Formats: sequence, structure tokens, C-alpha cells
Amino acid sequence: MTKAMWSPGETQHEHRESRGFASFDDPEALSYVDSNGKPNFALIQQTDEFRALRRRLTAFVFPMTVLFLASYLTFVLLSAYAKDVVSIKVIGVINLGILLGLGQFVTSILITLGYARYAKRRLDPQRKLLAEKTGVEE
Amino acid sequence: MPTTGNPVLNLSVFAVFVLITLYIVYRASSRNVTASDYYAAGSSFTGAQNGVALSGDFLSAASFLGISGGIAAHGYDGFLYSVGWVVAWLVGLLLIAEGLRNTGRFTVGDVLAFRMKQRPVRAAAANATLVISFFYMIAQMAGAGGLIALLLNVSSKWGQALLIAVVGMVMVLYVLVGGMKGTTWVQIIKAVLLLLCVTLMSIFLLGKFGFSLSEIMQTATENNKLGEAVLDPGAKYGFSAMSKLDFVSLALSLVLGIASLPHVLMRFYTVPNASEARRSVVWATWTMVIFYLCTLVIGFGAMALVGTDTITAAPGGENSAAPLLAFRIGGEVLLGVVSAVAFATILAVVAGLTLAASASFAHDVYANVIKRGNAEPRREIRVARLTAVVVGILSIIGGIAANGQNVAFLVSLALALAASANLSTILYTIFWRRFNTTGTLWSIYGGLGSCLVLIIFSPVMSGAKTSIFPDVDFAWFPLGNPGLVSIPFSFLCGFLATIFSKPEPEMAELAAEMEVRAISGIGAKA
Repeated sequence: MTKAMWSPGETQHEHRESRGFASFDDPEALSYVDSNGKPNFALIQQTDEFRALRRRLTAFVFPMTVLFLASYLTFVLLSAYAKDVVSIKVIGVINLGILLGLGQFVTSILITLGYARYAKRRLDPQRKLLAEKTGVEE
Repeated sequence: MPTTGNPVLNLSVFAVFVLITLYIVYRASSRNVTASDYYAAGSSFTGAQNGVALSGDFLSAASFLGISGGIAAHGYDGFLYSVGWVVAWLVGLLLIAEGLRNTGRFTVGDVLAFRMKQRPVRAAAANATLVISFFYMIAQMAGAGGLIALLLNVSSKWGQALLIAVVGMVMVLYVLVGGMKGTTWVQIIKAVLLLLCVTLMSIFLLGKFGFSLSEIMQTATENNKLGEAVLDPGAKYGFSAMSKLDFVSLALSLVLGIASLPHVLMRFYTVPNASEARRSVVWATWTMVIFYLCTLVIGFGAMALVGTDTITAAPGGENSAAPLLAFRIGGEVLLGVVSAVAFATILAVVAGLTLAASASFAHDVYANVIKRGNAEPRREIRVARLTAVVVGILSIIGGIAANGQNVAFLVSLALALAASANLSTILYTIFWRRFNTTGTLWSIYGGLGSCLVLIIFSPVMSGAKTSIFPDVDFAWFPLGNPGLVSIPFSFLCGFLATIFSKPEPEMAELAAEMEVRAISGIGAKA
């Protein structure tokens, strides 16, 4: 890894035609990678596999973000503006506010584990599928 | 009153820690030659290792001493503050970690400039990184001053200044000798020690009170002059409409700013791929949850066993809660250990910050703006090392100047700045195809600029007894934390500037590459 970083600016790759230089690989894979091994990202972006992957990712990530932000802000707003509610004692002197705060810890862990599981089951296999179809390694 | 234990013991435990870690840093980084090694530890860490190091970046003096102290002094309100530190990791996990790992190499600028015009965007990204890191660094160095006053019983300003300078020099040494690999190892060692320390203290405390949190809190209320009211909100953040709004603003900066800090973002480059980056956030979340559960116990434990009045009267004020509790339950030895861990914490966090700032300057400004991407890697690293020394000197001066300032407040400003300048821009560039160079520049400078302006005209600068300049009054912005305004403002700036400027068809190919790489990881190792 002694290679300096190639910054995106200097890789204004001349447009390379990938078809027609078939030499050693199967033609299906060749259409996504040019003869220098540079993937054709615009073409990959159009594949059904990539679109499905993007859809699956955003379908999880955005609603979850809204969910945890809403739950966190609810806790914050209740603590700031509904003092009487969060001050209700539940277990001994432990009040509802402390429990709601600890609840944030629990939901954080649940969402974290949920995402790790979703990524493993629904995202990573799709990524593998895409890599196989396009012949581009990760 | 023996509040500081034995300074000689504290100092020797600390010296032993520094020597051991320096040796490890030296051993770990004998082949620390390439840019990738220096900035990103050759991407050789595992997800678990990096996860512990990530949490290490957050278990700073401000959170360990500050939050346990906040709970010990203000009960519920201290706890309220700690919750955001855990929830914030979800932003990193869901929205940032993998896309960032897949599209960048060393700095935030790599990602932001990926499909934009290189020079202006890199310069903007570097400006943001340097400003954010500077605020955060001053906070840590000022914290070091206060901690030293407490733990080594050094009360003269000159003595503290000398010790801040020593802390600064040791930290620069870590960065120069170890690069990212060394810094990460220091962070891992420190995080493990700190976690062990707080877990054992919590278990001991819980055992003492029959494993009942309620029992600890009950006893705690008897040692606070607010009585049971300390378990309800309001002890710190107050009841006026503005103070409540200010708290909401702080909470927003906290949850959105943590995963936007440059030195945290840079950590995601130390792992080989996106799934390891994901794994590291999972690890970090677990350790953070355990840590903040422990601070809850320790905070109320300190209130119960030491008493709020004793804590606030001690040198170092609130921040002395955890050390005083350690002294109360474990004597001089435990206090020595806690002190050493707290020192180590400051050292490691400041070293990470120095690295982020120097990487940003060398990689974004020197290599890409000045040399237009044609810098020789060896020279680039030399520039990075030189920058680290300069940053170290600046932070020593800043830390001495800020000694005695409110640390938590400085940290919250750094978080507001990070959320305003970085978060909107990173999210747009990863998830919004239409986003362009104009939009990028507007969302970085709009967020950073509005945040800085609001800070200058807020009550923290002037017009109040607690201001930095209490004698003049040019404040017109009522909130102490600008996040509530500046974060949405940066999103708005980026959005409007993009739709009112031309799309960049010449960047379409790079945009396609970025989207495919960010989401699928395909081609990310190219």
C-alpha cells in the first residue's frame, strides 16, 4: 500500500469503451469493467441489482433515523416541558424520566443490532449478487 | 480535607502509563512510512479494535469527569446530558460510517470533494475540520488544566501552564512516533482501562447498596440540598423559556454533532472495509451504553457517599466527583488509578484531534489545494508531521489561555460546529444525486459561518456574568448553543444553493462512481 491516493480529480478517466476488447473474461462481465479493470460505474448504477440494493438500504436507514430522532427528541422535550410527567415515581425513587432515558439506551442497542442483522441478511447478499453480476470486486 | 490524595502517587501511575504506551506506540509503528500508515494505520485494524478506539475518542475527560460530575451535582439534568452521547452513534451507524469508508481514504475532504471541484471543496472541508478541531482541542486542554489542579494539587497558574505544556508535548510525541496506528493503540488501551475502572467501581457501589439503583438515589437525595427534587428535571438547565430552548438546542447539537466530528470520521478509515466499519460502530455503541450506565451509578454514588456540597467545594468543582468517589471507596491507590486514567484520556483524545487536524491540512490543503494533487507522498507526510507540531503548540497556548473556562460549554460549541458544517454536506453528497459544488460550499460555509456568528453574538461571549467578556454587551442571540438554528440553516443553504445553480454534467461519471461505491462498496478498494 505504498501507492499515493489517486484523488478523484485526477482520475478524469478518458471515456473507455468496454465492449469489443474481449480477451480472457466472459463477455457478460466485460461490459461492466473496461480493459484496464476500471469498473463502469454509470452502467452498474443502472442495474436492477444496484437499484434494489439502494432501495433496501434507504428503506431501512431513513425511517429508522426518523424513528430514533423522534424518540430522542420526545424524551428531551418531555424533560424540558413536561416536568410533572417525567417526575412521576415508578420504582422506588426512580422516576419515569430516568426510565425513559434508559429506554433510549435500550432502543439504541435494539436499532444497532437490528441494522447489523438487516445488513447481514438483506444488504450484504445483495452486494454479493451485484459483485458477481458485474464482476467487480469489493 | 484530603481531596487530592497523594500527588506523587498520582504522578507516578501516570508516568508509568505514558512510558508503557509510548513503548507500545513505538513498537506498533516501526514501519510507519506511507501516507496510508500515517493517516489510517494502513486500514489494518479490526472492527472490534476500532470500535473500542472509537468509544475511546468519546470517553474524554469531559464525558468521564464531566458527566459523572454533572450527575453528582445536578442529578437528572446530568443524566439527561449523557443520553445524547449514546443515541448519537445511530447517526454514525445508519447514515455515515459505511458510505464514508467506501468513498474516502484519509480525511473528510476526500468524501466531500469526491465528485465536486477539488480545490474549493477541499479548502472548505479543511477549514471546517481545523475550526472544529481547534474548539474541541481547547476544551480538552482547558480540562487538562482543571484536572491537574485537582489531582496534582498544583494551584498556581504558572504550574498549571507548565503541566498543560507537558501534556501537549507528550501528545505530539505520540502523533509523531505513532501516527494513526500508535494513536489508535493508545486509545484502545485507555478505553479498556477506563471501562474496567468504571465497571468495577459501579459494581462495588451497587453491591454496597444491595444492588438497588433506587437505594443509591434515595441516599443521594439526602446528601443534596435540593433533596428529592434533584431527581427531577431543572436542577441545571432551569425553568425559563430560554433556558429550556437552549437545552433542546444543546441536545440537538449533541445527537447530530458527535458522529460529524472530524477525528471520529477519520477513525472509519482505520478499518479495511465497510462491514468492519459497521462492526466498529456496533462495538462502540455497546461500550458507550455500558459506560454511561456506569456513570449514572457513579454520579449518584458520588452524590450519596461524598455529597454534592463537598464535591462542588473541591478544587476542580463538579469534575472532581469521580476522583473523590474513588478516594472515598478505594483510598489513595484507586484515586491514583482513576487520575492516571483521566490523564491518559485527555492525552489520547488530544492526540487523535491533532492527527485529524494535521491530516486535513497536509492532505487537503497542501497536497490537493497547493500541489493540485501532485504532492510527493513523503513530502506530504513530512508536512503532516510539521503541522502536528504546529497544532500542538497552538493547542498548548490555547489551552493555557482557556484554562478555567467551562469545558462542557466549549465541547458543546465544537459539536454544534461539527453538526452544522459536516453533517448536512456528508448526507447530501452521499444520498442526493443533484447535489453540486455550489451546494457543497454553501452548506459547509453556511453552517460553519452561521454557527460562528451566533456564538459570537450569544450570551456566552458577552452580556452576562458568566460570559467570556462580562463587561461588554453585544449579544442579540438568546441561546448559548446555536445548533437549533445553524444545523437546519446549513441543510437549507445546501439545498437552495444546489437547486438555484447549474447541475454539473461533467461530474456525472464521478457521481455515479460515488453512489455505487458508497452504497455497494464495489470498487472501493481500487
